[in-house]
Amino acid sequence: MTGATPAQLEPTPSPSSAPSSSGGSNETDRAPRHFLGVTGSQGGELRDLLRLSDRFGEVNRRPIPKVPALRGKTVVNMFFEDSTRTRLSFDTAARRLSADVVTFSAATSSLNKGESLRDTVETVESLGADAVVVRHSSSGVPWQIASWVKRTSVINAGDGWHEHPTQALLDCYTIARSSPVLAERFGPDSDAFDFEGLKVGIVGDISHSRVARSNVAAMTALGASVTLVGPPTLLPSCLDGWPVEVSNDLDGLIGDLDVCYLLRLQRERTTEALLPTLREYRALYGLSAKRADRLKDGAIVMHPGPANLGVEIDADVTRRPCSVISAQVTNGVSVRMAVLYYFLGSGVDLVN
Amino acid sequence: MSTSAAFGGETHWLGDVALRGGTVLDAGGSRKADVLVSDGSIVAVGDITDLMSRSAVVLDASGCVVAPGLVDLHTHMREPGYEDAETVQSAARAAALGGYSAVVAMPNTEPPADNASIVSHVRALGERSCVDVYPAGTITLGRAGRALAPMAEMAALGVRIFTDDGSGVQDARLMRRAMEYARALGVTVAEHCEDAAMSAGGHMHEGEWSSRLGIAGQPAEAEELMVMRDLALARMTGARLHLLHLSTAGSLAMVSAARRGGLDVTAEVAPHHFTLTDADVASYDPVFKVHPPLRSATDVAAVKSAVADGTVDAIATDHAPHARHAKEAPFDVAPPGMLGLETALGLALSELGLPVGAVLALMSWQPAAIAGIGATHGGPLKAGRPANLCVIDTEETWVVEPDRTASLSRNNPYKGRRLTGRVRHTVTRGEPVVVGGEAQR
Ligand SMILES: [Zn+2]
Repeated sequence: MTGATPAQLEPTPSPSSAPSSSGGSNETDRAPRHFLGVTGSQGGELRDLLRLSDRFGEVNRRPIPKVPALRGKTVVNMFFEDSTRTRLSFDTAARRLSADVVTFSAATSSLNKGESLRDTVETVESLGADAVVVRHSSSGVPWQIASWVKRTSVINAGDGWHEHPTQALLDCYTIARSSPVLAERFGPDSDAFDFEGLKVGIVGDISHSRVARSNVAAMTALGASVTLVGPPTLLPSCLDGWPVEVSNDLDGLIGDLDVCYLLRLQRERTTEALLPTLREYRALYGLSAKRADRLKDGAIVMHPGPANLGVEIDADVTRRPCSVISAQVTNGVSVRMAVLYYFLGSGVDLVN
Repeated sequence: MSTSAAFGGETHWLGDVALRGGTVLDAGGSRKADVLVSDGSIVAVGDITDLMSRSAVVLDASGCVVAPGLVDLHTHMREPGYEDAETVQSAARAAALGGYSAVVAMPNTEPPADNASIVSHVRALGERSCVDVYPAGTITLGRAGRALAPMAEMAALGVRIFTDDGSGVQDARLMRRAMEYARALGVTVAEHCEDAAMSAGGHMHEGEWSSRLGIAGQPAEAEELMVMRDLALARMTGARLHLLHLSTAGSLAMVSAARRGGLDVTAEVAPHHFTLTDADVASYDPVFKVHPPLRSATDVAAVKSAVADGTVDAIATDHAPHARHAKEAPFDVAPPGMLGLETALGLALSELGLPVGAVLALMSWQPAAIAGIGATHGGPLKAGRPANLCVIDTEETWVVEPDRTASLSRNNPYKGRRLTGRVRHTVTRGEPVVVGGEAQR
């Protein structure tokens, strides 16, 4: 993915505005900063957020994992698409930063009564939201919302098939903290977040996956070599400008991977003539126990959850030591604390 | 002064209008000449000083081109059914501001113009508007693609173009029958070329940008498959076929080849298909959502060269208003379509690099011939002809402001674009409906 896209950390933070600086000024008149996507981001920007995630990971290991960093701030979760996991993760992150959390439920909202999306967003902003965490089944909605708000920060919690930037950050954080290859190279607690030479395979339904798009951008920005693996029907029709290799042959690749990242397969893909059967998908692209035996030493297995056990991954594989799936969930809270702090923090010292 | 009204430009405005100081430009060429209009008709072209009545309205055309009024083959006036987005009156006013004196009203209203009574209704609304409104009829009942609409009863009212625009006729056998039936009536079948199975679920052009943006795409082939089919059916039936808003290099290459093979087919393109690309969708602003979708830069180049080499017969706006709230929705939820009447001429003059006469051929006399209204619209400018004219300042530079419009909608994708070439006056049926860039009613 080349740079000329709207998807990036906005505005580009400079090293001097790094998150640990304490300004302390009244910043209500400041233009809001949005976290919309990672496509087009530079490695340095992502590393700032990953290092900050480390510090919140330390907070989360305390007996009382709570800091006053966002006291007095209101974070509104606007989940137009159901996602209990991501909502809970953002909810927990915001509360641990002492923010007030309001959950907007799309199911009971006036969107069902003919109000436009813009009207709804403007209502939420006028109620005093400092940030809206937006999840929507349509690609681009966080960008549209960011173009309508005046004071509120927009945090993308997943839009359509497009971006899921906090998932990509937590995946990169998990790789950095779990990969034996990186631990050997930099030491277990290194803050290098340098993926140079790391071989990542992202396997499955790339075309319909926001997780894949964000991870391609984030992992390659940190230096990884990414190969997209799947049948042509599940790969984007055009990959011009994507910094990736493409393969239709998981068996030919699996022994080389340092990270095997499996995407969730939506069962309806078989009714859209994209796949004949789930059984055939599992045979070609599923991480069965037998196929997992061919992973090299030090390789890790990842999945954004929830997994279709027996389709893209076997239950047995999820319980092996090489599976870091539960670490992904744990790290999600630290990473989302870092993102909320970074994009709407007021300069209160986070370690108080 | 008063007006009397009737369908198809039989109406006229009682009074004299003198267009002074301009360069008359029509299919016959250009010459410095004044034009005198009286009681709805042109009475003199040349030196009119001795002929002018004292009460004549004098319009300054100095430094301007005086041309036959523009003709739009593709206007969605939205009435009846979607009056919150546009009405015949508001669309007609926008058309006049854009230099048009005639528009073909697309029949995908609610209810659709699939019978004589809706056609008569739209026609009657048009009689009170500031351009001539020529309703098109649908090909199939309810635009449902299952049974033929009563084309003969609509043709008897003067309908010359039949289309299910908004979607293509998917059933090849039904399209064959429609063409056979149309041939006997001497009318034109106009197709929105889109294979619905191929484009299903798509909201933008399929390619590099749809892949990046995570928006389901409509491949160029969805259009091209139907162009290919309809060219074969036109060859088979001998029907007059007009292809609406072609947008891909492949479609235009097929039309060019068919034309060389002697087929009687015409083609239009819309201004947005030679001025915008799929990269514009990167903002996710649904103002850039349109069907057929904004295509790749390669397709845009092909559209421009097809316009220049004569493959394209007409530039048509596909003016498609949508109420503000409808476009303040997610990209994949918002309806397709963009405004076009007030910007089409400026875009064509600014972006095609063609002589003014060539642009006018594409926007006035050639579409008038396709619409079957050449006796009333499209010139030539000479004594005895109906007075449907526009006066264009080809040097004036202006910046598009979506809020400055006669349309009831604001889905204009050209906000802030600088254009050269603007309509100064429009005269319809002898009445100055636009003077100095301002609508008179
Ligand atoms: Zn159409």
